[in-house]
Amino acid sequence: MTDPLIRIEGIAKRFPGRGSADTTVFEDLHFSVEAGEFVCLIGHSGCGKTTILNVLAGLEVASEGYVFVGGREVNGPSLDRAVIFQSHALMPWLTVLGNIAFAVKSRWPEWTREKIHAHCQQYIDLVNLTGAEKKRPAELSGGMKQRVGIARALAIQPKTLLMDEPFSALDALTRGVLQEEVLRICAETSQTVFMITHDVDEAILLADKIVLMTNGPRAKIAEIVVNTMPRSRTRHDLHKHPHYYRIRNHLIEFLVDRSRAFGESNASAGYDPRNPPLVRPGLDPTEAIAAELRPGAPTLVAVR
Amino acid sequence: MKGVSTWAAPLLSLAILLAFLGIWHAATLPETGRQVVTDEYARLVGGAAATGQKSALPTPAEVGRKLVEHLSDPFYDKGPNDKGIGIQLAFSIARVALGFFLAAVVAIPVGFLIGMSPLTYRALDPFIQVLKPISPLAWMPLALFTLKDSSVSAIFVIFICSMWPMLINTAFGVASVRKEWLNVAKTLEVGPMRKAFRVILPAAAPTIMTGMRISVGIAWLVIVAAEMLVGGTGIGYFVWNEWNNLSIANIISGILAIGLVGMMLDLGLAKLTKLVTFPE
Repeated sequence: MTDPLIRIEGIAKRFPGRGSADTTVFEDLHFSVEAGEFVCLIGHSGCGKTTILNVLAGLEVASEGYVFVGGREVNGPSLDRAVIFQSHALMPWLTVLGNIAFAVKSRWPEWTREKIHAHCQQYIDLVNLTGAEKKRPAELSGGMKQRVGIARALAIQPKTLLMDEPFSALDALTRGVLQEEVLRICAETSQTVFMITHDVDEAILLADKIVLMTNGPRAKIAEIVVNTMPRSRTRHDLHKHPHYYRIRNHLIEFLVDRSRAFGESNASAGYDPRNPPLVRPGLDPTEAIAAELRPGAPTLVAVR
Repeated sequence: MKGVSTWAAPLLSLAILLAFLGIWHAATLPETGRQVVTDEYARLVGGAAATGQKSALPTPAEVGRKLVEHLSDPFYDKGPNDKGIGIQLAFSIARVALGFFLAAVVAIPVGFLIGMSPLTYRALDPFIQVLKPISPLAWMPLALFTLKDSSVSAIFVIFICSMWPMLINTAFGVASVRKEWLNVAKTLEVGPMRKAFRVILPAAAPTIMTGMRISVGIAWLVIVAAEMLVGGTGIGYFVWNEWNNLSIANIISGILAIGLVGMMLDLGLAKLTKLVTFPE
């Protein structure tokens, strides 16, 4: 069994509180992301989702624990881990091409202007922004801005892509279109992705694994849901698959009820934070047993 | 502004100007009053004084004639006390430009450092707070004593007064660059120099330019006063010299020129500011 691409070991974030007690946002988080996998993290506001992503990106330091990417400990930002920010974070004084070229030039400083432009163009075409190269961010719609953000992140050909609620500021229609494009692009490039979201349907559409976090403070990983639906899913026929509603109900039920109650009840259930339970709510009971019996099944590789 | 044509404002401006000139003209019309002094004294002081003219202020027409005179030959030089208004303005502009340029060379890099480092900001803040409110002219004696040259002292005064708005605005602009842009630079492993010139500088440029615009405005205010003190050349000296000549028409011409040049300096920097401003 190969090492996972991203391995998170016991990270915690604490802020010094007034008086004596520190505020613990989250603690004792353990999970991993395999190469080529798309992992979503779901949880309510305040459980430290963005902090986890920033720690992975190297923009913030965890109070405890370690993050390993490709076998090496993360101790700062890296071009190997591209970030797509919630607020797109484009530089308004640069054009679309300029924004992407800035990233490409950072990755390959020795490249000529022509080579950089050709490379950028390829990614502008990939996110369907052909023709908007010379526009400035202020002239673009919210969806187009986020496309630029995606192109900028992909253009540096990172080993992993970290997305912080990239579609939450968009309207429902634009969001749907962009989700499908991300799905297509990730399939084409077999990109490893870690994404934060609070949208259950987005997670089911995009993710191979969905990490569920309990409410903060002292948030933990309650369980990891394996998306047992075939990877070639589309927004259009997602809901027709028999697993869809089972997974969706499981996630909703978690977010509504268990995410809050988890803190009190986990001790008795034999919960081990180092090895959060891996569940497959999509399968009905007989399928689940069959899956258990096939240790070589792709979804199981990640488990043991 | 529905229904108001684009010409309404200029037309109103023109009307206000004409009204102003009309009142001015009416107020300064020479009264052809009776001679109030003896004939001998009247011959001595000239007709106007002898008839008890109401105002020593020139009429708009007199000022207009003076203006045409100045503008038709702005660059003559007939010795230290009689130079064309163009030459005097050029001296003033040159001083402002030099002092302002030196101030920018110092203030922008220092402001950059202060903005980047909260420690230096806190360390230098008390000095800035004390030095900023000092009237630039208060430095004049100290400058004259240490620099021993009145012309250099005037430039120093411009330097010191242009410094603070640029320094403070640069520091503020650099300190308030959006965190997300810095995070982008971080995740792209951008080096410190490239980050300074390609991210922080363009992001802070509008604020820096606003500081420069304030500075040049203050510098132009101060140069007139400084030149009145140090004398020799410049539009400030021109105005003071004409006061000694009691030529009110020349003083008004000088005042008008000061206003126009100040406006052009401000417009120029406003144009430059617009160039570096980005829409969000």
